[in-house]
Amino acid sequence: MSKADAAAAILWIGATLYAVFGGADFGGGLWDLIAGGAKRGERPRARIQRSLTPVWEANHVWLIFILVVLWTAFPEAFAAIMSTLYVPLALAALGIVLRGAGFAFRKSVDSLPAQRALGACFALSSVMTPFFMGTVVGAVASGNVPAEGNGEAFSSWIEPLPLLTGALFVVSGAYLAAIFLISDSRRAGDGEMEEYFAFRALSAAAAAGALALAGIFMLQADARYVYDGLIAEGLPLVILSGICGLAVLAMLMRGARRGLRPPAALAVAAVIWGWGVAQYPYLLPTSLDIATAAAPGPTLTSVLVVFGVAAIVVLPALGLLYTLSQREIVGESSE
Amino acid sequence: MPLLDALPLAASDSNLLAARELMAFTLGFHIVLACIGVAFPAIILTANYLGLRRGDADAMRLARRWSKVMAVTFAVGAVTGTVLSFEFGLLWPEFMERFGDVFGIAFAIEGIFFFTEAIFLAIYIYGWKRLGGWAHFASGVPMVVTGIGGAFSVVTANAWMNQPQGFTLDAAGKVVDTDPLQVLFNPAWSYEVPHMILAAYMVAGFLVASVYAVGMLRGRLDRHHRLGLLIPLTIACIVTPVQIFVGDVAARGVADHQPAKFAGFECIQETGPNQTEYIGGICTDDGVKGGIGIPGLDSWLVGFSTDTVVTGLEDIAPDERPPANTLLHLSFDTMVGIGFGLLALAGWLAFAWWRRRDIPRTDWFLRAVAVSGVAAIVAVWAGWIVTEVGRQPWIVQGFMRTEEAVTEADGIWFAFAGVMLLYAALGTGLILILRGMARRWREQGEGDEAETPYGPAATSEEASR
Repeated sequence: MSKADAAAAILWIGATLYAVFGGADFGGGLWDLIAGGAKRGERPRARIQRSLTPVWEANHVWLIFILVVLWTAFPEAFAAIMSTLYVPLALAALGIVLRGAGFAFRKSVDSLPAQRALGACFALSSVMTPFFMGTVVGAVASGNVPAEGNGEAFSSWIEPLPLLTGALFVVSGAYLAAIFLISDSRRAGDGEMEEYFAFRALSAAAAAGALALAGIFMLQADARYVYDGLIAEGLPLVILSGICGLAVLAMLMRGARRGLRPPAALAVAAVIWGWGVAQYPYLLPTSLDIATAAAPGPTLTSVLVVFGVAAIVVLPALGLLYTLSQREIVGESSE
Repeated sequence: MPLLDALPLAASDSNLLAARELMAFTLGFHIVLACIGVAFPAIILTANYLGLRRGDADAMRLARRWSKVMAVTFAVGAVTGTVLSFEFGLLWPEFMERFGDVFGIAFAIEGIFFFTEAIFLAIYIYGWKRLGGWAHFASGVPMVVTGIGGAFSVVTANAWMNQPQGFTLDAAGKVVDTDPLQVLFNPAWSYEVPHMILAAYMVAGFLVASVYAVGMLRGRLDRHHRLGLLIPLTIACIVTPVQIFVGDVAARGVADHQPAKFAGFECIQETGPNQTEYIGGICTDDGVKGGIGIPGLDSWLVGFSTDTVVTGLEDIAPDERPPANTLLHLSFDTMVGIGFGLLALAGWLAFAWWRRRDIPRTDWFLRAVAVSGVAAIVAVWAGWIVTEVGRQPWIVQGFMRTEEAVTEADGIWFAFAGVMLLYAALGTGLILILRGMARRWREQGEGDEAETPYGPAATSEEASR
């Protein structure tokens, strides 16, 4: 494995962690959005807020990580993506601002109308942000980003496949969020919320599965290179994702409420790695490959070293934060 | 659409101005929150330490409330910082394409610091009740270290733009080799980085103190307010003389490394010894008009002798001179003037403390502290104008012009207008929310049970599940 490949793998690890943890935080916003009126939605919203509060900022940093690794290790790809897909990227950035501010502000105001307005801001942007990020990924996979950059500003992403990818991002975030919220509700001894989110996990799982299947057909039409890779080298990962997804579905229907998180996360992670394997060795299929886009050797070494340090420092710290917040030693109630 | 045609939407030199204004505006907004993020943890931990060590309930209450304030400012800082990461690519794609692999190394390191800061900030802010006192204090210490480390990484990336090194270009101008240590420890880091970290401590210290100064002017003279004023103010006042020294070193560094920038903000037209230092005034091609001139001082400040030759703009190629010299000159003077004003404030406090172990007994002192926070922010903005506008027309000094770096995308002026509206709402919301928190705390008074930290967990049965 070359240093450039290793740097690309780091990028994918970052993307996977962001999709699983950051994605679940976005999904929490979706469930907040459709939880109903102030009275009816009070309990699920409180549950979502408690689960998200201590972790969402740390989870958000994976996005910064992805951006920085991309521009440092593969500057040409970064510039090409940014100069082509600036419309959805700017909208995603707008969503990030509205979501972070809406969430942080909502907790700190006491009037109900202000809480509602800020909550709506948080919840709507939780849908908007992953959607536009998904269109960016879909546009890259479709080969709509030319290596030299400055591609089509609109038709590069306003196409069936990027739009479907956007929807898939939203739905899979909602799916993961519901799965995580089942565990959090169970740990808090809230059986009612456990069932509430179990039902929602089931619906989101069905929707995500349907969108993923539709996506495969669309790949065949619009992103032939990725499709060919997905049914060849990427096939084991596609199958793994399918098995995990079905297993979660079966467990949910049989009333199982434990052990859902690992297969659910794996189902999402396997799709991301399937995509990576399918478009290998390209970063931008089929105009820019990893080796061509890669930074000089010493820069790549720096990125690998930084990742090594992150693995030693950040991951245990992150584990500590998750453990403390799962046990509610760290959390809003003990603020 | 005649109205739209009148707007300069697609022309690329118009893009350059729009992109620069947008970058400056978003950076100016973020830098305030970044300063708070870098330095506020040390202030909070000082109060927390006093609370634990001396059983001081007032100090403990301050630490606790400040950490709730930080939860809000950190969230806004995190998203406005993310916007800047996007803007690097969205506004300056050519810069990122050519040099992302060089100065990105600094940002990769920043990623670790920011990550660690976000994690321990969450543990500290949300761990007041159920972590033991000293364990909770310890969970906050990494925030101080990562704040400084993060500031180093980001500012050294900027220092590299001023003093680029550590890369090899091929004939086509593409980077073919890098030397990460040379990039990180470029000639400008040693004065830019400490200058900014100290500035962060001044902004956070004076800003927090100014809130309590206003409270005391309104007649809230309890110990809570005194301590709330003194803890951050002492830290800021200790830092200020060091900052004046570092700033002086930085100005000489710029005179050495970036003579065009130095000549720009000092309005020096002709190269030579015995240069006059002007305070204030308007820059013209014939020198400064309307300022107070001190003959020879500029040469003396650069080389400790009035014989020191200082480069003038006449020796800089016309297309490599920084624009808007009056703006640069007045920004520099504003920064230095505020720095000395804050030094005087620090001296006043030190004198009163030495004589009477008390803050000066006059409302004028409180009024001075009340404006010191905003003044420190203005000084930081002025300093960044000097650094960034002074580097123009370069984005990477001597290697890439800003006009070569800018995006070809349409609608940057629209984006600028939209971002102005968004950030105006964000800033207003932030201030309203912090004021609302302060009002609730005032109504709550001092002895609220819900605020007692480290007590037996109020909901222990919930925790044991």
